Amino acid sequence: MDDRDLAELFRAALEGDERAYGDFLQRAAELVRAWARRRATSGRLDPEDVVQETLLAIHVKRHTWRTDGPVMPWLYAIARHKLVDALRRLGRGPQIDIGELQDQLAAEEAETVRAWEIDRALETLTPGQRSVVTAISLEGRTIAEAARSLEMKETAVRVALHRGLAAIAKRFGRD
Amino acid sequence: METQELIKALAADARRHGMSMAFAWSVAGFAAIAVAAIVFFLMLGARTDIAVAAQTGRFLFKFIVTIALAVSAFALLHVLARPEAEARRMLPRLAVAPALLLAAIVAELAVTPPDTWTARLVGTNSLVCLTFIPLIGIGPLALLLAGLRHGAPSHPALAGAVAGLTAGGIAATFYAAHCTDDSPLFVATWYTIAVAMLALVGALAAHRIVRW
Repeated sequence: MDDRDLAELFRAALEGDERAYGDFLQRAAELVRAWARRRATSGRLDPEDVVQETLLAIHVKRHTWRTDGPVMPWLYAIARHKLVDALRRLGRGPQIDIGELQDQLAAEEAETVRAWEIDRALETLTPGQRSVVTAISLEGRTIAEAARSLEMKETAVRVALHRGLAAIAKRFGRD
Repeated sequence: METQELIKALAADARRHGMSMAFAWSVAGFAAIAVAAIVFFLMLGARTDIAVAAQTGRFLFKFIVTIALAVSAFALLHVLARPEAEARRMLPRLAVAPALLLAAIVAELAVTPPDTWTARLVGTNSLVCLTFIPLIGIGPLALLLAGLRHGAPSHPALAGAVAGLTAGGIAATFYAAHCTDDSPLFVATWYTIAVAMLALVGALAAHRIVRW
Protein backbone atom coordinates (compact mmCIF):
# COMPACT_ATOMS: atom_id res chain seq x y z
CA MET A 1 0.00 0.00 0.00
CA ASP A 2 1.53 3.33 -0.99
CA ASP A 3 0.99 6.75 0.48
CA ARG A 4 -1.82 7.59 -1.91
CA ASP A 5 -3.92 4.59 -0.85
CA LEU A 6 -3.24 5.36 2.78
CA ALA A 7 -4.26 9.00 2.24
CA GLU A 8 -7.49 7.87 0.61
CA LEU A 9 -8.32 5.64 3.59
CA PHE A 10 -7.50 8.49 5.97
CA ARG A 11 -9.71 10.95 4.08
CA ALA A 12 -12.63 8.51 4.23
CA ALA A 13 -11.91 8.04 7.94
CA LEU A 14 -12.01 11.78 8.56
CA GLU A 15 -15.45 11.85 6.98
CA GLY A 16 -16.61 9.42 9.64
CA ASP A 17 -16.14 6.03 7.92
CA GLU A 18 -15.36 3.75 10.87
CA ARG A 19 -14.31 0.81 8.73
CA ALA A 20 -11.85 2.89 6.69
CA TYR A 21 -10.52 4.37 9.91
CA GLY A 22 -9.98 0.93 11.42
CA ASP A 23 -8.09 -0.16 8.29
CA PHE A 24 -6.05 3.01 8.30
CA LEU A 25 -5.08 2.58 11.96
CA GLN A 26 -4.22 -1.06 11.31
CA ARG A 27 -1.83 -0.07 8.55
CA ALA A 28 -0.45 2.83 10.60
CA ALA A 29 0.21 0.44 13.51
CA GLU A 30 2.19 -1.91 11.23
CA LEU A 31 4.32 0.94 9.88
CA VAL A 32 5.01 2.43 13.29
CA ARG A 33 5.71 -1.01 14.80
CA ALA A 34 8.40 -1.79 12.22
CA TRP A 35 9.81 1.69 12.65
CA ALA A 36 9.81 1.61 16.47
CA ARG A 37 11.35 -1.88 16.66
CA ARG A 38 14.42 -0.62 14.83
CA ARG A 39 14.78 2.29 17.24
CA ALA A 40 13.74 0.97 20.64
CA THR A 41 16.75 -1.24 21.12
CA SER A 42 17.45 -0.58 24.79
CA GLY A 43 15.17 -3.37 26.02
CA ARG A 44 13.66 -1.10 28.64
CA LEU A 45 11.37 0.48 26.09
CA ASP A 46 8.59 -1.66 24.66
CA PRO A 47 8.04 -0.70 21.00
CA GLU A 48 4.39 -1.69 21.31
CA ASP A 49 3.88 1.05 23.92
CA VAL A 50 5.25 3.52 21.37
CA VAL A 51 2.84 2.09 18.77
CA GLN A 52 -0.13 2.54 21.08
CA GLU A 53 0.86 6.03 22.19
CA THR A 54 1.36 7.03 18.55
CA LEU A 55 -2.08 5.66 17.58
CA LEU A 56 -3.67 7.70 20.36
CA ALA A 57 -1.82 10.83 19.24
CA ILE A 58 -2.88 10.19 15.62
CA HIS A 59 -6.43 9.94 16.89
CA VAL A 60 -6.59 13.14 18.94
CA LYS A 61 -4.50 15.16 16.46
CA ARG A 62 -5.86 13.86 13.18
CA HIS A 63 -7.26 17.30 12.31
CA THR A 64 -3.62 18.49 11.92
CA TRP A 65 -3.16 16.35 8.81
CA ARG A 66 -3.38 18.31 5.56
CA THR A 67 -5.88 16.28 3.58
CA ASP A 68 -4.19 17.18 0.27
CA GLY A 69 -0.73 16.16 1.50
CA PRO A 70 1.10 12.85 2.02
CA VAL A 71 0.37 10.78 5.14
CA MET A 72 3.70 9.13 5.93
CA PRO A 73 5.75 12.25 6.82
CA TRP A 74 2.94 13.30 9.17
CA LEU A 75 2.65 9.79 10.63
CA TYR A 76 6.37 9.33 11.26
CA ALA A 77 6.69 12.83 12.70
CA ILE A 78 4.10 11.89 15.32
CA ALA A 79 5.84 8.57 15.99
CA ARG A 80 9.19 10.34 16.40
CA HIS A 81 7.64 12.86 18.80
CA LYS A 82 6.22 10.03 20.90
CA LEU A 83 9.42 7.94 20.82
CA VAL A 84 11.51 10.93 21.97
CA ASP A 85 8.93 11.52 24.72
CA ALA A 86 9.11 7.89 25.86
CA LEU A 87 12.92 7.86 25.87
CA ARG A 88 12.97 11.10 27.88
CA ARG A 89 10.61 9.56 30.43
CA LEU A 90 12.80 6.48 30.68
CA GLY A 91 15.86 8.66 31.23
CA ARG A 92 14.12 10.48 34.05
CA GLY A 93 12.63 7.41 35.69
CA PRO A 94 14.30 5.28 38.34
CA GLN A 95 17.30 3.37 37.06
CA ILE A 96 16.67 -0.33 37.44
CA ASP A 97 19.46 -2.67 38.33
CA ILE A 98 20.15 -5.24 35.57
CA GLY A 99 19.72 -8.27 37.83
CA GLU A 100 16.38 -7.02 39.01
CA LEU A 101 15.36 -6.38 35.43
CA GLN A 102 16.22 -9.94 34.43
CA ASP A 103 14.14 -11.31 37.27
CA GLN A 104 11.31 -9.09 36.23
CA LEU A 105 11.59 -10.17 32.59
CA ALA A 106 11.59 -13.82 33.62
CA ALA A 107 8.52 -13.23 35.75
CA GLU A 108 6.76 -11.45 32.90
CA GLU A 109 7.49 -14.26 30.50
CA ALA A 110 6.19 -16.80 32.97
CA GLU A 111 2.95 -14.91 33.37
CA THR A 112 2.70 -14.20 29.61
CA VAL A 113 0.60 -11.23 30.58
CA ARG A 114 2.46 -8.02 30.07
CA ALA A 115 1.91 -4.72 31.84
CA TRP A 116 0.58 -2.34 29.23
CA GLU A 117 1.41 1.29 29.71
CA ILE A 118 -2.05 2.11 28.32
CA ASP A 119 -3.82 0.18 31.09
CA ARG A 120 -2.36 2.53 33.69
CA ALA A 121 -3.96 5.43 31.82
CA LEU A 122 -7.21 3.46 31.51
CA GLU A 123 -7.36 3.15 35.29
CA THR A 124 -7.43 6.93 35.69
CA LEU A 125 -10.71 7.33 33.76
CA THR A 126 -14.05 7.94 35.42
CA PRO A 127 -15.97 4.67 35.95
CA GLY A 128 -18.46 5.63 33.22
CA GLN A 129 -15.76 6.35 30.63
CA ARG A 130 -13.83 3.26 31.60
CA SER A 131 -16.79 0.92 31.20
CA VAL A 132 -17.56 2.37 27.75
CA VAL A 133 -13.94 2.18 26.55
CA THR A 134 -13.60 -1.36 27.92
CA ALA A 135 -16.88 -2.52 26.35
CA ILE A 136 -15.82 -1.35 22.90
CA SER A 137 -12.12 -2.27 23.02
CA LEU A 138 -11.67 -5.35 25.23
CA GLU A 139 -15.17 -6.79 24.79
CA GLY A 140 -15.37 -5.79 21.12
CA ARG A 141 -18.89 -4.38 21.28
CA THR A 142 -20.30 -1.84 18.83
CA ILE A 143 -21.58 1.54 20.02
CA ALA A 144 -25.17 0.22 19.86
CA GLU A 145 -24.34 -2.96 21.80
CA ALA A 146 -22.43 -1.00 24.42
CA ALA A 147 -25.37 1.38 24.80
CA ARG A 148 -27.73 -1.55 25.36
CA SER A 149 -25.54 -3.42 27.83
CA LEU A 150 -24.67 -0.28 29.82
CA GLU A 151 -28.23 1.09 29.60
CA MET A 152 -27.06 4.37 28.13
CA LYS A 153 -28.11 6.43 25.11
CA GLU A 154 -25.91 5.98 22.03
CA THR A 155 -24.92 9.64 22.02
CA ALA A 156 -23.88 9.35 25.67
CA VAL A 157 -21.76 6.30 24.78
CA ARG A 158 -20.10 8.24 21.95
CA VAL A 159 -19.37 11.20 24.20
CA ALA A 160 -17.95 8.98 26.97
CA LEU A 161 -15.82 7.10 24.43
CA HIS A 162 -14.51 10.32 22.89
CA ARG A 163 -13.66 11.90 26.24
CA GLY A 164 -12.22 8.68 27.62
CA LEU A 165 -9.86 8.25 24.65
CA ALA A 166 -8.79 11.90 24.86
CA ALA A 167 -8.04 11.44 28.57
CA ILE A 168 -6.03 8.26 27.88
CA ALA A 169 -4.03 10.07 25.19
CA LYS A 170 -3.29 12.87 27.62
CA ARG A 171 -2.24 10.66 30.53
CA PHE A 172 -0.41 7.95 28.64
CA GLY A 173 2.93 7.32 30.29
CA ARG A 174 2.38 10.02 32.89
CA ASP A 175 1.69 9.30 36.51
CA MET B 1 -5.22 -3.60 26.28
CA GLU B 2 -3.82 -5.08 23.08
CA THR B 3 -3.17 -2.79 20.12
CA GLN B 4 -5.98 -4.50 18.18
CA GLU B 5 -8.40 -3.67 20.98
CA LEU B 6 -7.24 -0.08 21.09
CA ILE B 7 -7.83 0.24 17.33
CA LYS B 8 -11.43 -0.94 17.79
CA ALA B 9 -12.07 1.82 20.32
CA LEU B 10 -10.40 4.50 18.18
CA ALA B 11 -12.29 3.44 15.04
CA ALA B 12 -15.61 3.61 16.90
CA ASP B 13 -14.79 7.26 17.66
CA ALA B 14 -14.28 8.11 13.96
CA ARG B 15 -17.07 10.64 13.77
CA ARG B 16 -15.83 13.12 16.33
CA HIS B 17 -12.66 14.98 15.55
CA GLY B 18 -11.28 18.40 16.41
CA MET B 19 -12.02 21.46 14.28
CA SER B 20 -9.74 21.90 11.29
CA MET B 21 -6.54 23.82 11.81
CA ALA B 22 -7.52 26.30 9.07
CA PHE B 23 -10.71 27.13 10.97
CA ALA B 24 -8.95 27.22 14.34
CA TRP B 25 -6.35 29.64 12.99
CA SER B 26 -8.90 31.96 11.45
CA VAL B 27 -10.79 32.11 14.75
CA ALA B 28 -7.56 32.67 16.72
CA GLY B 29 -6.32 35.28 14.20
CA PHE B 30 -9.52 37.33 14.17
CA ALA B 31 -9.86 37.13 17.95
CA ALA B 32 -6.23 38.19 18.38
CA ILE B 33 -6.76 41.30 16.24
CA ALA B 34 -10.01 42.10 18.05
CA VAL B 35 -8.39 41.81 21.49
CA ALA B 36 -5.44 43.96 20.40
CA ALA B 37 -7.82 46.59 19.01
CA ILE B 38 -9.86 46.72 22.22
CA VAL B 39 -6.79 47.09 24.45
CA PHE B 40 -5.31 49.70 22.09
CA PHE B 41 -8.41 51.90 21.90
CA LEU B 42 -9.11 51.62 25.64
CA MET B 43 -5.59 52.44 26.77
CA LEU B 44 -3.91 54.48 24.01
CA GLY B 45 -5.85 55.48 20.91
CA ALA B 46 -4.37 56.91 17.73
CA ARG B 47 -2.19 60.01 17.75
CA THR B 48 -4.13 63.25 17.30
CA ASP B 49 -2.26 64.34 14.16
CA ILE B 50 -2.81 61.03 12.38
CA ALA B 51 -4.35 62.66 9.28
CA VAL B 52 -1.19 64.72 8.74
CA ALA B 53 1.13 61.86 9.68
CA ALA B 54 -0.59 59.60 7.16
CA GLN B 55 0.83 61.81 4.41
CA THR B 56 4.41 60.95 5.38
CA GLY B 57 6.37 57.96 4.12
CA ARG B 58 8.01 57.28 7.48
CA PHE B 59 4.68 56.90 9.28
CA LEU B 60 3.21 54.63 6.60
CA PHE B 61 6.38 52.57 6.42
CA LYS B 62 5.95 51.52 10.07
CA PHE B 63 2.78 49.70 9.08
CA ILE B 64 4.44 48.00 6.14
CA VAL B 65 7.08 46.52 8.47
CA THR B 66 4.74 45.53 11.30
CA ILE B 67 2.11 44.04 9.00
CA ALA B 68 4.83 42.16 7.09
CA LEU B 69 6.02 40.74 10.41
CA ALA B 70 2.52 39.74 11.53
CA VAL B 71 1.63 38.12 8.19
CA SER B 72 4.90 36.24 7.69
CA ALA B 73 5.01 35.00 11.29
CA PHE B 74 1.36 33.93 11.20
CA ALA B 75 1.92 32.00 7.96
CA LEU B 76 4.91 30.25 9.53
CA LEU B 77 2.84 29.49 12.64
CA HIS B 78 0.36 27.55 10.48
CA VAL B 79 3.21 25.36 9.26
CA LEU B 80 4.92 24.91 12.63
CA ALA B 81 1.67 23.79 14.27
CA ARG B 82 1.79 20.58 12.22
CA PRO B 83 4.04 17.73 13.36
CA GLU B 84 5.86 17.23 10.05
CA ALA B 85 7.03 20.86 9.76
CA GLU B 86 10.70 21.12 8.86
CA ALA B 87 11.55 24.09 11.02
CA ARG B 88 14.98 24.93 9.59
CA ARG B 89 13.76 25.18 6.02
CA MET B 90 10.88 27.41 7.04
CA LEU B 91 12.70 30.02 9.11
CA PRO B 92 14.00 32.14 6.16
CA ARG B 93 10.37 33.13 5.59
CA LEU B 94 10.68 35.39 8.60
CA ALA B 95 13.36 37.51 6.91
CA VAL B 96 10.88 39.79 5.09
CA ALA B 97 10.26 42.29 7.91
CA PRO B 98 13.94 42.53 9.02
CA ALA B 99 15.00 43.00 5.38
CA LEU B 100 12.48 45.82 4.88
CA LEU B 101 13.63 47.43 8.08
CA LEU B 102 17.28 47.17 7.10
CA ALA B 103 16.58 48.83 3.75
CA ALA B 104 14.71 51.63 5.54
CA ILE B 105 17.62 52.17 7.95
CA VAL B 106 20.03 52.50 5.03
CA ALA B 107 17.69 55.02 3.38
CA GLU B 108 17.24 56.96 6.63
CA LEU B 109 21.00 57.19 7.19
CA ALA B 110 21.43 58.35 3.60
CA VAL B 111 18.90 61.21 3.76
CA THR B 112 19.36 62.52 7.32
CA PRO B 113 22.37 64.37 8.80
CA PRO B 114 24.48 62.22 11.19
CA ASP B 115 24.04 64.62 14.11
CA THR B 116 20.29 63.82 14.20
CA TRP B 117 20.71 60.04 14.25
CA THR B 118 20.94 59.68 18.02
CA ALA B 119 17.86 61.83 18.60
CA ARG B 120 15.92 59.84 16.00
CA LEU B 121 16.93 56.52 17.54
CA VAL B 122 16.22 57.51 21.14
CA GLY B 123 12.98 59.31 20.25
CA THR B 124 10.57 60.39 22.99
CA ASN B 125 8.39 57.33 23.39
CA SER B 126 10.75 54.41 23.98
CA LEU B 127 9.32 53.52 27.40
CA VAL B 128 5.74 53.80 26.16
CA CYS B 129 6.70 51.54 23.26
CA LEU B 130 8.35 48.95 25.53
CA THR B 131 5.29 48.99 27.79
CA PHE B 132 2.41 49.00 25.36
CA ILE B 133 3.54 46.65 22.60
CA PRO B 134 3.86 43.77 25.12
CA LEU B 135 0.65 44.87 26.86
CA ILE B 136 -1.36 44.97 23.62
CA GLY B 137 0.29 41.74 22.45
CA ILE B 138 -0.15 39.52 25.48
CA GLY B 139 -3.85 38.74 24.85
CA PRO B 140 -3.24 37.89 21.19
CA LEU B 141 -0.29 35.73 22.27
CA ALA B 142 -2.53 33.75 24.64
CA LEU B 143 -5.04 33.15 21.82
CA LEU B 144 -2.32 32.03 19.40
CA LEU B 145 -0.86 29.68 22.03
CA ALA B 146 -4.34 28.18 22.39
CA GLY B 147 -4.25 27.62 18.63
CA LEU B 148 -0.89 25.89 18.98
CA ARG B 149 -2.26 23.63 21.71
CA HIS B 150 -4.95 22.57 19.27
CA GLY B 151 -2.19 21.69 16.81
CA ALA B 152 0.68 19.27 17.23
CA PRO B 153 4.00 21.12 16.89
CA SER B 154 7.17 19.03 16.94
CA HIS B 155 9.11 22.07 18.17
CA PRO B 156 6.80 23.73 20.71
CA ALA B 157 9.25 26.38 21.97
CA LEU B 158 10.10 27.54 18.44
CA ALA B 159 6.43 27.60 17.48
CA GLY B 160 5.71 29.56 20.68
CA ALA B 161 8.37 32.12 19.75
CA VAL B 162 6.77 32.51 16.32
CA ALA B 163 3.38 32.96 18.03
CA GLY B 164 5.07 35.74 20.03
CA LEU B 165 6.36 37.34 16.81
CA THR B 166 2.85 37.20 15.34
CA ALA B 167 1.34 38.77 18.45
CA GLY B 168 4.15 41.32 18.43
CA GLY B 169 3.46 42.19 14.79
CA ILE B 170 -0.24 42.70 15.53
CA ALA B 171 0.46 44.76 18.66
CA ALA B 172 3.12 46.87 16.91
CA THR B 173 0.73 47.63 14.04
CA PHE B 174 -1.75 49.16 16.48
CA TYR B 175 0.94 50.84 18.55
CA ALA B 176 2.43 52.44 15.42
CA ALA B 177 -0.80 54.44 15.01
CA HIS B 178 -0.19 55.99 18.44
CA CYS B 179 3.55 56.58 18.41
CA THR B 180 4.98 59.89 17.11
CA ASP B 181 8.49 58.48 16.63
CA ASP B 182 8.46 57.49 12.98
CA SER B 183 12.15 57.06 12.21
CA PRO B 184 13.19 53.57 11.11
CA LEU B 185 16.05 53.94 13.60
CA PHE B 186 13.50 54.14 16.43
CA VAL B 187 11.38 51.30 15.04
CA ALA B 188 14.38 49.01 14.52
CA THR B 189 15.51 49.52 18.11
CA TRP B 190 12.49 49.74 20.38
CA TYR B 191 9.87 47.82 18.41
CA THR B 192 12.39 45.01 18.02
CA ILE B 193 13.06 44.80 21.75
CA ALA B 194 9.33 44.87 22.55
CA VAL B 195 8.52 42.19 19.99
CA ALA B 196 11.44 40.06 21.18
CA MET B 197 10.00 40.16 24.70
CA LEU B 198 6.75 38.67 23.39
CA ALA B 199 8.67 36.04 21.41
CA LEU B 200 10.56 35.03 24.55
CA VAL B 201 7.36 34.79 26.61
CA GLY B 202 5.79 32.77 23.78
CA ALA B 203 8.69 30.31 23.68
CA LEU B 204 8.77 29.80 27.46
CA ALA B 205 4.98 29.46 27.74
CA ALA B 206 4.69 27.06 24.80
CA HIS B 207 7.47 24.89 26.22
CA ARG B 208 5.32 24.42 29.32
CA ILE B 209 1.77 24.31 28.01
CA VAL B 210 1.95 22.99 24.44
CA ARG B 211 2.31 19.30 25.28
CA TRP B 212 0.76 16.53 23.27
